[in-house]
Amino acid sequence: MNIVVLLKQTVDLVEELELNDDGTDIEREYLSFKLNEWDEQALEEALLLKDAGAGSVTVIALDETDVDQSLYSALAKGADRAVKLTGDFEGGVSSHRRAAILAEHLQREPYDLVLIGVQTPEDLDGQAGVILAGRLGVPHVSVAIGVEPLDGGVKVSQEFGAGVVHELKVAGPAVIGVQAARQAPRYVPISRIRAAMQEGGIEEAPAPEVPAETGLKVRRMYAPESSSHAEMLSGGADAVAARIVEIIRERGILK
Amino acid sequence: MSNEIFVLVEHHAGAVTDVTHELLGKAAELGGPTVACLLGHGARGLADGLAADTVLSVDDPVLEHFVPEAYATVLASLIAPRDPRLVLIANTTVGMDLAGALSARTGRPLVAYCTELAFDGEATVATSQVYGGKLNAEVEVTGPVIASVVAGSFTAASGSPGAVQDVAAPDLSGVRTQFLARVAPDTSDVDITAEEILVSVGRGIGGEENIELAQEVAEALGATVSGSRPVTDAGWLAKTRQVGKSGRKVKPKLYLACGISGAPEHLEGMSDAELIIAINTDEKAPIFDVAHYGTTEDLFDVLPALTEALQGAIA
Ligand SMILES: Cc1cc2nc3c(=O)[nH]c(=O)nc-3n(C[C@H](O)[C@H](O)[C@H](O)COP(=O)(O)OP(=O)(O)OC[C@H]3O[C@@H](n4cnc5c(N)ncnc54)[C@H](O)[C@@H]3O)c2cc1C
Ligand SMILES: Nc1ncnc2c1ncn2[C@@H]1O[C@H](COP(=O)(O)O)[C@@H](O)[C@H]1O
Repeated sequence: MNIVVLLKQTVDLVEELELNDDGTDIEREYLSFKLNEWDEQALEEALLLKDAGAGSVTVIALDETDVDQSLYSALAKGADRAVKLTGDFEGGVSSHRRAAILAEHLQREPYDLVLIGVQTPEDLDGQAGVILAGRLGVPHVSVAIGVEPLDGGVKVSQEFGAGVVHELKVAGPAVIGVQAARQAPRYVPISRIRAAMQEGGIEEAPAPEVPAETGLKVRRMYAPESSSHAEMLSGGADAVAARIVEIIRERGILK
Repeated sequence: MSNEIFVLVEHHAGAVTDVTHELLGKAAELGGPTVACLLGHGARGLADGLAADTVLSVDDPVLEHFVPEAYATVLASLIAPRDPRLVLIANTTVGMDLAGALSARTGRPLVAYCTELAFDGEATVATSQVYGGKLNAEVEVTGPVIASVVAGSFTAASGSPGAVQDVAAPDLSGVRTQFLARVAPDTSDVDITAEEILVSVGRGIGGEENIELAQEVAEALGATVSGSRPVTDAGWLAKTRQVGKSGRKVKPKLYLACGISGAPEHLEGMSDAELIIAINTDEKAPIFDVAHYGTTEDLFDVLPALTEALQGAIA
């Protein structure tokens, strides 16, 4: 089975997000980018399938900020191939555009199974995986927490709220939006990533040009002005701890 | 384009979800006409409890369980002839499978993580939560649109339908996805939804070895330790302890959030707690918008100090 994993670089949410001058998008220039956390789960699930002898793993990413790092890390973890699609992605790439490019590219890249993170923090116009499946005309399952080979296809565990899980069987090529791999993503020592870098091995291809509009016009982006904000406690850990005890005692929570 | 507003009726184990009624409420507020799309097998009776002008009921054995491909095919077939101006779908597991699929199939723009909606002439103006709840985006769309809506955003409507129409399912013989089984929730652990005090840890706790800091506070308080999704995914806590959209919805007397950012999927599970106290070093963390009290002190300092203060207070 040819397993393709789609990787995307996304902003690190721990950072301060600044807006551009007209307040319609984040200012990307000075931000640091890292692999979307759900894509990391998708990669792990693919590597677990490979470990079980189910097939080979190809990771594919658009040439977005610091993507080499993520591609080499995937190779160091055990991916067989890494493909970087080059093009102009500076202003960020919508999910519809990403899906259109990847759908076009996948016409040339044989695949049996596509794994992608179920979402990214930037999916204003929806999640790329499900849009991609729609464009490819193949089945899709979102919020997967396990993918295993079954009768030439796959068995997917799909998670609903409150601990309910459905098991689905999907025959033929499919796109799966991964929420969590069956185990926590493996750790790879930096020395192995460096070794992968030394070997090179990232294949490059120009991203196919495909027109894809989201149809959305962003009027403005802003930090939510919440109607209420927590009353902040300060003055050091001991003072804060003492205040917390006081508060919960006043409320009768502490008996 | 017609003026109709479509709402996907999501139902599980014979009950319509709360968020479905919220979508119907919003659809009516926007002026309707509201059309509820009820897909299933032997579920037509659920139509009676839907506050919609029209219910389109599609019954087919393939629709007995949620099969993403089949549901997308049926919905697309309902949308095509009536060409509604707006399609509302909840941003649940079901919605995440359907909204994008319909956008791809029908060419309609999709606004995801939507929390607010209004019409402005021909245009639809929607607000979306992005970047883990740190930013809102206000977007404008002209023409027909699909919105996937965050649960809890709108006020539910109750009532009964004006009319129920049966619609035959399109040909579903090409569907390659098959439902195998439903796995029931694990009930072997404590039920965190029944606990009065939760000390809840997020990724900020840093590792499994630090869970005991929260455990100590919990012991001093007579509380139970719960956590955010990354913590249970990593195996630092059991899955049964997960709070949020895909975990449990809790409403304790006290929810002490330690190193939890407050992503929308987490807030969905705990924002109704009676008292929320958050410890997070990032003053911009969205958790502070729902918390009653908060501190930006380091949790590695506050938790031990709190254990000590509690022990002193109780002794
Ligand atoms: C379909 C779907 C369903 C989901 N369901 C759920 C769900 O049920 N529950 C859930 O929780 N998530 C869920 N998520 C994930 C959700 O989107 C977030 O990724 C998750 O809630 C983030 O968890 P966190 O707050 O622990 O981690 P992060 O967002 O990484 O936040 C960690 C926080 O810790 C703070 N911190 C770090 N160090 C310290 C320190 N020393 N002292 C104090 N603070 C510190 C940081 O400032 C940061 O704000 C779901 C996602 C999807 C796509
Ligand atoms: N949007 C939906 N519309 C109709 N049925 C659904 C929907 N979502 C889930 N279901 C079905 O509702 C039934 C009960 O779900 P559950 O209790 O989660 O097993 C199952 O048959 C589900 O497949």
